Amino acid sequence: MRAQSEHDSHAAHGSAHSGSLKDYLTGFVLAVVLTAIPFWFVMGKSFSSSTTTAAVILGFAAVQMVVHMVYFLHMNTKSEGGWTLLALLFTVMLVVIALSGSLWVMYHLDHNMMPASMHGMHDMRNMP
Amino acid sequence: MSDPSASSVAEPHFYSTHEHHPENGTLLGFWLYLMSDCLIFACLFAVYAVLGRSYAGGPAGAELFDLSTVAVNTSLLLLSSITYGFAMLQMQRGRLRPTLVWLGITGCLGAGFIFFELREFAHLIADGAGPQRSAFLSSFFTLVGTHGLHVTFGIVWLVTLMVQLGKHGLIAENQRRLTCLSMFWHFLDVVWIGVFSFVYLMGVLS
Repeated sequence: MRAQSEHDSHAAHGSAHSGSLKDYLTGFVLAVVLTAIPFWFVMGKSFSSSTTTAAVILGFAAVQMVVHMVYFLHMNTKSEGGWTLLALLFTVMLVVIALSGSLWVMYHLDHNMMPASMHGMHDMRNMP
Repeated sequence: MSDPSASSVAEPHFYSTHEHHPENGTLLGFWLYLMSDCLIFACLFAVYAVLGRSYAGGPAGAELFDLSTVAVNTSLLLLSSITYGFAMLQMQRGRLRPTLVWLGITGCLGAGFIFFELREFAHLIADGAGPQRSAFLSSFFTLVGTHGLHVTFGIVWLVTLMVQLGKHGLIAENQRRLTCLSMFWHFLDVVWIGVFSFVYLMGVLS
């Protein structure tokens, strides 16, 4: 049984990065829907709050990225013995750290520096 | 050491022969390259996220971006993804001519994408909203331009592979190369999802 599954993974190795017609069509339909909805939201101004719209856009983008990964890039836990998934997870971790870290640090920098320096200038102007 | 039979038996093994080794490491290696490329784009996205509101008194995204052009570009890239998928399916069946046709369609869609993107850049620069206008526009041109450059090189690669296919047919080497390019092409589509969501759609909001 084990030998059989190992043999299968070897045999499927060449086609690990290729899906069936059904995969591609499913992925395409999902991608079109997931692209059209945020465009429709923004162009039709569906939400009054831009924060809500931004959150919805990012949510749809995240789902669509997963759809592309699964149906077009054929990501799964088996391909290349799981190494592609491991590399992807590591990269996603680095991306999250880089993005959230940059935003966090720069937000606090703006928050702490800008008003404070303005304050400082006001204070200096009011100084005798 | 004097016994010749002992030395042949005790042949040292410096690697495990039972471990799973992929017969072809190219696809895994290419995937790792894509992940490193992903980090480049992550840095550019982070730069845009930080500088995207620094207009320096210049125009904001809401005044500059034309969503209908972005919608056209998005559909071109999305369509090119599925046509490349069709090319891969034809390749697996060993049919050279349909493979070439689908690859050609993919290349045309990619070229259309580049055409609309360059037209948009030309409009922006003509309106005085070039990369030197503000930090927002510098980061915008860097991020979107880097993606466009990737697509351009993808098209160069695609044409090269079409020539090689015409010369040598669907040999194993060409199949491997086509698989690498398919990963590259779909990866660029994934990056574009981030670009149109984060840069264009969210840029138009405020």
